[in-house]
Amino acid sequence: MKEFKGKVLFLDRSDINTDEIIPAKYLTENTKEALKPYLMEDLNLEGFNTDNDIDENSIIITRANFGCGSSREHAPWALEVNGYNAVIAQSFARIFQQNMFNCGMAAIELPHKTIDYIFDKYNSKATNIEIDIKNCVIFIESKTKKEKIEFEISRFEQELIFSGGWVEYADNNY
Amino acid sequence: MGKTIVEKIFESHLVDKPYEGINILKLDRVFCHEITTPIAINDLVLKGKDRVFDPDKIKAVIDHVSPAKDSKTALQGKIIREWAKRHGIKDFFDIGQNGVCHALFPEKGFVIPGHTIIMGDSHTCTHGAFGAFAAGVGTTDLEVGILKGVCAFKDPLTIKIELSGNFAQGVFAKDAILHIIRKLTVNGATNRVIEFTGNAVDNMSMDERMTICNMAVEAGATSGICSPDMTTVDYLWEFIKHDYESKKKALEEFSKFMPDHDAEYDEILVFDVSEIEPLVTQGYKPDNVIEISKIQETKVDQVYIGSCTNGRIEDLRIAAKILENKHIADGVRAIVSPATPKIFNQALEEGLIKIFMDSGFCVTNPTCGACLGMSNGVLAEGEVAASTTNRNFFGRMGKGGMVHLMSPASAAATALTGKITNSDLFNN
Ligand code: SF4
Repeated sequence: MKEFKGKVLFLDRSDINTDEIIPAKYLTENTKEALKPYLMEDLNLEGFNTDNDIDENSIIITRANFGCGSSREHAPWALEVNGYNAVIAQSFARIFQQNMFNCGMAAIELPHKTIDYIFDKYNSKATNIEIDIKNCVIFIESKTKKEKIEFEISRFEQELIFSGGWVEYADNNY
Repeated sequence: MGKTIVEKIFESHLVDKPYEGINILKLDRVFCHEITTPIAINDLVLKGKDRVFDPDKIKAVIDHVSPAKDSKTALQGKIIREWAKRHGIKDFFDIGQNGVCHALFPEKGFVIPGHTIIMGDSHTCTHGAFGAFAAGVGTTDLEVGILKGVCAFKDPLTIKIELSGNFAQGVFAKDAILHIIRKLTVNGATNRVIEFTGNAVDNMSMDERMTICNMAVEAGATSGICSPDMTTVDYLWEFIKHDYESKKKALEEFSKFMPDHDAEYDEILVFDVSEIEPLVTQGYKPDNVIEISKIQETKVDQVYIGSCTNGRIEDLRIAAKILENKHIADGVRAIVSPATPKIFNQALEEGLIKIFMDSGFCVTNPTCGACLGMSNGVLAEGEVAASTTNRNFFGRMGKGGMVHLMSPASAAATALTGKITNSDLFNN
């Protein structure tokens, strides 16, 4: 099972699409590792700088409909090879969210108000997160603040994470 | 309580319900293309599971970048080509026979009402036009589909969208779906299926139904779907005539997958298509839709007619009619990519290709090409395109480019003036 803890990268925008996460021109790569330098190269977000903002962090917190657009699993892979195993958002596009769990990664939804609250209290501060998949809790911590936030995911999604992804799960069960 | 089309399909394909709300479905078709499949193939090989569940149910094509543009795309083609050969996948379409997957596979008769279909491509929803449940998936789902012939889906919620009335002059299925996306927004249908119904849908050809189902995903939908009817049977007849005594019998069989009158919908929306004007997108989101009349002065550098949304024969006919005996404006580049070899041939026979060429269009071979900004018409930074495709995302057709989505009629009219233009101007 993957690890779900580390520093947070805040992306304060809705509808970040998979072309922004990994542009189509890199879909010709045949390995996940090759995607590493290009993560969010075309992200349309003021103040975001691909060269400085990606390293060091391992969890993304963002707004609604993250991962919309193309079905490319290159989007979760580009995150994975850069050390991002989890995205927390108000909502996700279906295929992206399924792809994340299929890869044994986590795409966790929190209510609108909670996301607003997190952006309000933690954005732009050095924030760390640890996600406990089994008990469905997020431990969030900045220099001045620390709290526990509960979330919901389905048993199936938990099982995908525990078994390391859908290929392993399906091969064992079907 | 009655059932929706998708509920009926799910019920008839259910293999397992491992947890509440999760359905493992048996697949009738797994479609593959050269962008998302090679990584799945490599991974299966690496895991020592280089097998396929049923070579006859897997259909594969090279379509996104064809001919290969460099050694990396050539390698992607090589991987899928050798894999198809190794596993006896007979329906593999290579250069010369290939075309845009969502236009090619229906044309071959591979999509039958009641089918379950996945593909590593978000516009797989197109095939819902035939009353099939067809959903785009990622590479891992595709991998499991190839290996096991199953896929997991959440319980299907359905939005029913009823389209009534008749289209005004110059307004097409593309305008209707842009209008719907504007109303639903880009995530208004997430995790739900859109069932298109109403007399305007009944009156649509299969080409038009594919156009509206194609863009269901742009509102976040898992799939779009239309109830099978005589139009569906007519389209499929050459492929199924040996299986049924008559068209009537075929329809009777397919009616198993028509929605019940008392089916339960998550939401019902009604639109009168006669109130829709020619539409266009602006900005970088497909729900940012505006009447063409409001941004008529916007200059464009390139016009693209093609793709799984609007690269079919009816689209080419509509565009050619507007272009006939006219020439595109100075300073505009115009490209048309007929979506499949059959469409290309038909367009040749009907004289459409000549019209396109005489008017100054570049005619390319069938491919996704410019649609995804990988080949055949990539935009330079700061350039503007009018396009019949389905996505206007930032960088979609080339880094720093702007894409305005519109119908083939509007795109043809735009090519003639060099500015975003309502095709009404050319109706004589
Ligand atoms: S034509 Fe465009 S949208 Fe359709 S399958 Fe090809 S790349 Fe995707």
